[in-house]
Formats: sequence, C-alpha cells, structure tokens
Amino acid sequence: MNTKLNRRTVLRGSMGGAVITVGLPLLDCFLNGNGTALAATGKALPTCFGHWYQSLGLNPGMWIPEKIGANYENNVQLKLFDPFRERMNIFSGMKYFLDGRPHETHTSTVQIATMGAVIDSGEIGPSLDSKIADVIGKDTRFRSLEVSVEGSRKSWSRRSGTSVNPSEPSPVALYKRLFGPEFRDPNAAEFTPDPMLMARRSVLSVITDQRHDIMRQVGAADRARMEEYFTSIREIEHRLELGLQKPEPMPTCQVPAPPEELEPSTVIDNVVHNGKLFAQLLAYALACDQTRVFNVASSGSWREAGTTYTWHTATHEEAIDQGVGRQKKVFWYLTIANKVFAEFLRALDGVREGPGTLLDRTLVLWQTDHEDARTHSIENIPIMTVGGAGGLMTTGIHVSAPGDPCTRVGLTVQQAFGVPIRTWGDRSNETTRTITEVMGSQDASSV
Amino acid sequence: MVRNLTTKLMYSATSLIIVALGIGLAMIALGVRTQVASAEVNSKETSDGAAEVGRAVVRRLTPDHYGNVIADVFGPSIRLGGRFEPEFRVDGLYEIGSGRVGVSSDGMMQYDIMARNIAEQVTSEKYHGEMIPCTPQSVSRSDGDCARQFLTGVGRVLFRRPLTETEQIRYVAAANVGAQQLQDFYAGLSLSLGAMLTSPQFLFRQVAIEPAPNQPGEYRLVAYSKASRLSFFLWNSLPDEVLLRAAEDGELNTQEGLERQVSRMKASPRFKDGVRAFFTDMFHFDAVPTLAKDLVLYPKFDSIVAADAKEQTLKTLIQLLVDQRGDYRDIFTVRKTFLTQALASVYEVPLVNDVPNGSPDTWQPFEFSSDDSRGGILTHISFLGLHSHPGRSSPTLRGKALREIMFCQKVPAPPGDVDFTLANDTTVYKTARKRLVAHSSEPMCAGCHKITDPMGLALEKFDGIGVYRETENGVQIDTSGQVDGMAFEDAAGLRKAVHDHPAATSCLVDRLFSYALGRTPVKGELSWVSRLKGTFKESGYVVPELMRKIATSPELYRAPPPKNEIMKTMGPAT
Repeated sequence: MNTKLNRRTVLRGSMGGAVITVGLPLLDCFLNGNGTALAATGKALPTCFGHWYQSLGLNPGMWIPEKIGANYENNVQLKLFDPFRERMNIFSGMKYFLDGRPHETHTSTVQIATMGAVIDSGEIGPSLDSKIADVIGKDTRFRSLEVSVEGSRKSWSRRSGTSVNPSEPSPVALYKRLFGPEFRDPNAAEFTPDPMLMARRSVLSVITDQRHDIMRQVGAADRARMEEYFTSIREIEHRLELGLQKPEPMPTCQVPAPPEELEPSTVIDNVVHNGKLFAQLLAYALACDQTRVFNVASSGSWREAGTTYTWHTATHEEAIDQGVGRQKKVFWYLTIANKVFAEFLRALDGVREGPGTLLDRTLVLWQTDHEDARTHSIENIPIMTVGGAGGLMTTGIHVSAPGDPCTRVGLTVQQAFGVPIRTWGDRSNETTRTITEVMGSQDASSV
Repeated sequence: MVRNLTTKLMYSATSLIIVALGIGLAMIALGVRTQVASAEVNSKETSDGAAEVGRAVVRRLTPDHYGNVIADVFGPSIRLGGRFEPEFRVDGLYEIGSGRVGVSSDGMMQYDIMARNIAEQVTSEKYHGEMIPCTPQSVSRSDGDCARQFLTGVGRVLFRRPLTETEQIRYVAAANVGAQQLQDFYAGLSLSLGAMLTSPQFLFRQVAIEPAPNQPGEYRLVAYSKASRLSFFLWNSLPDEVLLRAAEDGELNTQEGLERQVSRMKASPRFKDGVRAFFTDMFHFDAVPTLAKDLVLYPKFDSIVAADAKEQTLKTLIQLLVDQRGDYRDIFTVRKTFLTQALASVYEVPLVNDVPNGSPDTWQPFEFSSDDSRGGILTHISFLGLHSHPGRSSPTLRGKALREIMFCQKVPAPPGDVDFTLANDTTVYKTARKRLVAHSSEPMCAGCHKITDPMGLALEKFDGIGVYRETENGVQIDTSGQVDGMAFEDAAGLRKAVHDHPAATSCLVDRLFSYALGRTPVKGELSWVSRLKGTFKESGYVVPELMRKIATSPELYRAPPPKNEIMKTMGPAT
C-alpha cells in the first residue's frame, strides 16, 4: 500500500491542468483514521438519501413492536430486519389526513407521503426526495436515480405536482447509464477532459443565454414551467462541468460486472432477481458517488408467473383465513417484499468503508400508502427509516405517535438533510413538529 | 464567445416582435412591429369580472408530436433513441396536460440524449447530400456560411417559424465553436442542431400574439402561431411548407385564406392522423396496446390482440366519421368494422380471408349481423377490455368510463376504509350484479354505484376481454339497466340509449374544443361552444365538419392582451 499519498499529492494533482495524475491505489488509505472522511482532502464521505416506496402496507397487528423507545424488539413481520434493528427506527400510530377530500385509493396517500399534500390543482410538490436532492445531490453526475423493481416506469418522485421523475425498469439500462462510456472512474490515475464535453458545454450556451430574456417576460402560470425547464438545462450544464473536473477519489468505488437481468416485469421471480441487481447497482452508484439520492418504487402489482392475479388484487379479493386471522396470500407477498427490502439494505451494508459501511452514511426512508390495503385504511401507517446518514439521525428507536400526521417523519428527514423548511404538508397534514427523539447530533452543514 | 456575440445583438434590435413561449423573446426577423404577450397573461376581463378571452396555452410537444415532427422533417429512418416523460391527463385529455408541464431533470436528460442522437444521424456522412444543402470548404474547420444555410432552413421548420436574426447568429456561432473545438465541421453542426432540438422554441409550441387589426384592445395569434395551432390540431404534426408560406405571406390572416388552408388540410391524407390522435387521447386508446390480462382466464388475449384492438376501433371511427362523413352518434351502434384473425377469434366470428394471395394487409372489413349482440365501439375489446380488471369484467369501471369518457361527467372517487369482501365473494354471489347489490348495501357506496353500475351491467355478457358469454359462474346474466331514465334490457338497448343521450354529442364538442385550444373554455367562450354544439347538430353530427368549424373560428386564435409590464416596457402597440 502506498503510504506516501497525502493531501498535498492530491491537491497538486488536481491543480495540474488538463491531465491529472494521481498515485495508486485508492484503498482505505484514502480514509482518515476513523474511516469517515477522505484523508486526502479531509472531506467527509457524502451522506446519501433513499426513498423506498412500497404500496400496500403491512399486516395490522404484526409489525408494531410492543416496546416504545429504544431497545424495542421487532414484531413478527419485521423480524427479518433484526440485523439492522440498532440502525433503524420504526414509526407507528401516525395517519394521513384527507380533510374531506375524495380518497383516491393508493394515490391520495402516496401524495401525502411524498409531497405532504393531495394534488388538488396539480401545482404542488416537489416530493421530499427532490428537495433533499436539491441540497445533497447537486454535485453528482445524477441528481437522483429512480428505479422500479417491478419493471415499470412508475415513480413517485416529482419535481413538481405535474412533473414525474420516471423510474428505470431495467437493471441493464441502469448499468449502461451508470457505467457506460460517460462514466469516469473517480480513482483513475489519469484524467483527460473529454473535448466533446467541452464543446457541448460551449454550445449549450445557445439555450442558457436566453434564460434571462425568457424569464423576464414569462407569464405567471408558465413561470414555474419555464423555471423548471431552465433548472433542468442548468443541471445538464452542471453535469457537463462536473465531467470536465477530476472527480474526488472514492475509496470503495469499483465498476461492477454487467448485470444479467430477467425481463423487467411484475412476475415475482423477476422482481426478486432484478430487485437484487438494482440493490447492487445502486450500492455501486453511491460508493462511486455517481448519485447521492435514489428512489425505489413498488406499486404492488406483483404476481406469480402465468397469471395476472396480482398482489394488489389479492388484497381486495382474498378472504381472511379464519384459522390464522389474516389474508394468507397477501401475507406471503408482504414477506417477499420485506425480503427484497432487506436484501437491498444488505447490499448497502456490504460496502465497507473503514469501520462503517455505506449504509451508515445513508438514510433510507420506507413509506407506504395504507396500513391495511384490504380496507385502504389511512390510520396507523407503518413508516421506517434505516441508516443514520452519518449521524444525521439517531437510530434504534420505536416512535409511537398516535393520531399525528405522517408528515412529521418526512419533515424530520428533510430537516436532517438540511432542507430549509420549518413546516411541511398542507391542511391537517401540515406540521412543524419534528420527531426530536430521532434527530441526530449533527446537521448536514457540519458534515 | 457565443454569449458575447448574441447578448449584444439581443439589445440592438430596434423593431421588435415578441414571440411568447409563455415568454417574450425579442425577434427582429419579421420586420413587422407587433406587440405581443406572454402566453400566460391574465385573461381579459369583462365588466362583470368573468374572463372573456382565455389564456393562450403553451403546450409541450407530446411524444407523438415529437416523433411525427422528426419523421416529417428528417424522414422516418431517423431513430429517436430515447424515451419521454410520462404524459399527464387533465380534464380528460393529455393535450390539456401538455399545457401544464415543464421539463423535469430526467425528461431533459432524455431530450438531450434524443437530440444528440437525432442530430448525429442527420449530420452523418450517409445524409450529407440529402439533408445538408452545401459542402463546407473544409470538413475539419468551421464554415459559417454552410452552417447558416443548413441551420436557418432546418430551424424554420423545427421552430415552425423563421429564425430571428439573433437566433441565426447564435446557432451558427454555436456550430462554429463546436467545429473549432472538435476540428470537425459536421460535429459542430450536429451540436448546434442538437441544441435546437432541446431549445424551448422547439419543445414547446410557442404562441405569439399581435393586436387584432381594426379591433382596438383585441389581440390575436400571429400567423405562424396560427399555422402551428392548425397543423397540430388537424394533422398531429407541424405545418408543411404550404402552410408556412400561407403564414408568411399573410394568407392565414384573412378569413378566406384560413378557410382555404383548412379545406386543403382536411383533404390531405394527414387529416386522418389528426382525427386518430384526437380519439386516441379522448378514448384513452394509448393504454390499450399495453393491457395485461390474466392468461389463465383469457388464453385468447395476447399482445397482438391488444395492439389490434386499438387499431380496430380507430379504423372503425375513421371509416364512419371521415370516409363516410357519418353521424358521430353512430359510433355507438355501428356494425361495420375491421378485423384481423386474432380479433375474430376473440369475437368468435368467422373471418374469411379474401385479400389477394400474399397481401400483407391482415385487416378485413367485417359487419356484425343486425341480431348480433355486438355493435358499436362500446362492444369493442378496446372498451370492454380496457375498462375491466385483469381477471374479470367490471360493470363499475365500464359505467365509470361511459360517464367520464363518453359523457364528460365526473364520477366521485370511492371513500376510504371500504371492506370489499362482499363485492368479491363469488361463492355466494355468483354474478357481478349480485355482488354489487351486496356491496351497495353499504350506504356510503350506494350513491356512486347507482350512477355507474346500471350502465355497466348491460355489458356483462362480455367478459374481461370482451368474449361473449351467457352465464357467470353457472348463473344466467341479467343485463337490464337504465341510463338517466332510459331503461333497457341488454347491450343493444344500452347502445341505443347512449346513442340518443344528449351528453354524448355535447361531450364530443367539449373535448374537441379543449383539444384544439389546449384548455377548457372560460366563461366568455361558452357562447362559442354553444354555437358549435348548434352547428354540430345541424350538420348531422359530422365530426370533420365540426373540426372545420373550430379551425376556422376566429375565436380559436383570439388571445388576451399582453401583461401590463410588457406594455410599459415596449410602449403601446401601434
């Protein structure tokens, strides 16, 4: 191991003009003593945020831990998360408020979970992951990555009430986006800026130069649309600029082998298989700092091969088995869904960075639309967080807040990442009350 | 470099037209002094405070538009190589949704990828002679003159109006910078064309307005914006050369000229593309080809049936409404249609293949007999299958679709916390009717089901993909029902009731109007809508005639006055 690498070597390299040479190899020697920061620059490893949205709830009576506070024990349905128990929080008792508005089942509640409000006019949003990406996702190749484990483009990540960030249904396609020709290995010894990127950045000014004139005269109703357009253009420009700079070395970044996916679909074997691939790819993406924000979507249209009788249909149509007191098929689906999530957490946890893991500098928020999908219940909604984002959130706690709006969790998470908001949500979902029990010791600005 | 050059020019313009893209953009190419507004200016207010003229909506190109435009301009062999953001349906139409959306970060990345893909193909060696009207002095250097020739020509078509001088300078400068940096003329040209394809002027349908002559205080769309509105409405794509010329030489600004162009466009084969696009949007046909059904229950259903199902109904509509100039109401009863072998197997009818031997056309004209329970588009797979669950039919979904799609009525969403156990118990309640009766015993559900189910139950003899059946779970199906007081015994009765229901024709006018305008009418436009409904009736409900009427109405091209700030900045209109 080359122990001569130091801060000066890297700094000299990064100022050395077009071709930057950095010594090899880039292993744990690049981390500081406790493995939380890059030794070379003293910068902390970036914190990451993930939103796992899993429709169709959990089984009533089977997920809430008996004990409130620290040192709780997982209930039956969440037993398989035991390896993460100390690093996760469970929130129970909270609800979605419709305030007399129609209940578009599986839809209104998603909107509250992700945007704090029901879309009445199409003018709300963005979703909380986008707001967090605005804070932590600006300097990566991808502001955020959205995937669907069930082969669809469905996504609940929105830039605004009308503008969805669609999901990538195929692991192979995600692999190409991440590690295709435009990928630049942050640990590569040599760095030569791509003349094509330079030319593209120059040419893009044809559009960016118009921004001022256009925004000056844009009408009220189109202002937000044009603002969004130019923000998106600015992101392209910013990404081109990033591509022209020598990236920060990432100690554990590796280019994985191309994935061998099953056809993206709702068939359960494919969901499980591709879910695992997505987990690995996202772990690599975070480890290589290609993105710091991701969304994983599942709408619960999973099914067994050869039938279109879906999990969602089962929640409505399956009778409650009087023997066990629950819908057996639905329980089976929920168990698989939890396994897919646990597998995902394991992938993040498998990337070791000094004494900790990638999961430790990440916070994954798990949300759902109903507690009991069978009745579309909107009370006692299960919510979980896993990982503390490098101390932004305290973990290992079961928080019970009966009757409170679910938006309290969303607000807490956003504030943890430094989103400058004091309140979140509208009408009865509006809250200023963060969940102090889980607020971490650091805020994002000190990381 | 580009920045400096163009900024200077922006402010040196002396005579200005502002093209709004919801925006004002200084333009000096047209040489006419015009006062224009942002498209999102406040609607003009009448004395009682009601909006008289609605806003001029700036729409983003739909995925279909984008594909059609690229094919029209560069030929069908050019691949897009990307995908689109999901569309967003508002008030029943994507076309209205397209007036509400911006471009997300992911969407922009995709536009960027497609633009570079398309531009690379267009400027590739293979197309040099065909697409690029000149040869550069050197392929490894910039050539401003050649770049200008190509970019002004292609820009005029892509932007649906001539480039302003500023724009010309910008895009040529961009091509030059690219060529110099990459030492490749065509690479520079490609980058500049790519920028054009990601510009707001291309991705959004601009609206520029000017004072209406001889009508103080009134505003209208400028001729190029008119041309665009016309062509996307009637052809589902951009204006052709003749239409652009009609805009350029002022023909479109006269009523006779406008009518001449509309007649020409209606006579073109591309008119059918426009009609198909409208009905695809209104009837949600975009969802048909990707329908998923339970293959255990419906072994006849596959992706071929799904794709053909959409095409069948579109062909039926085009034949009846365009070729035969038939009565719109007859779409609910028409027995003449077109089938493929795959569809015939679902409909369980014999289809004699009488096309010439070896003909690739798999479509056959077919007429359901007068005593067949099938007839009208409500008995097509594109309706029956689309508004069913994957594994069973749904009188509620079908009734809801009838109300919302065919009648433009709104059915309330179901309440929360409903127990569906009764509605799903097929062991005790053998037919959908019995299950729904049991379910509706819950008072909070009964109200809405009353407005959907009696219509949907009439179609219960067609299963979840539209195959005819007499029984469900061994019990005879009862198809009696009623729609707003008109009672019937079966699907034939329902067809007749829908055919005669005043909401059907009224809804078509509302949707077509909104489709053309990109929004629902404001109060001040209701008299126009009501006049359109009158003439639609007088014409015998001929849809192309209604489209002609809308396209030639001066109201379609009216706009509210520009924002006050612009008036102040630019001075009063002359």
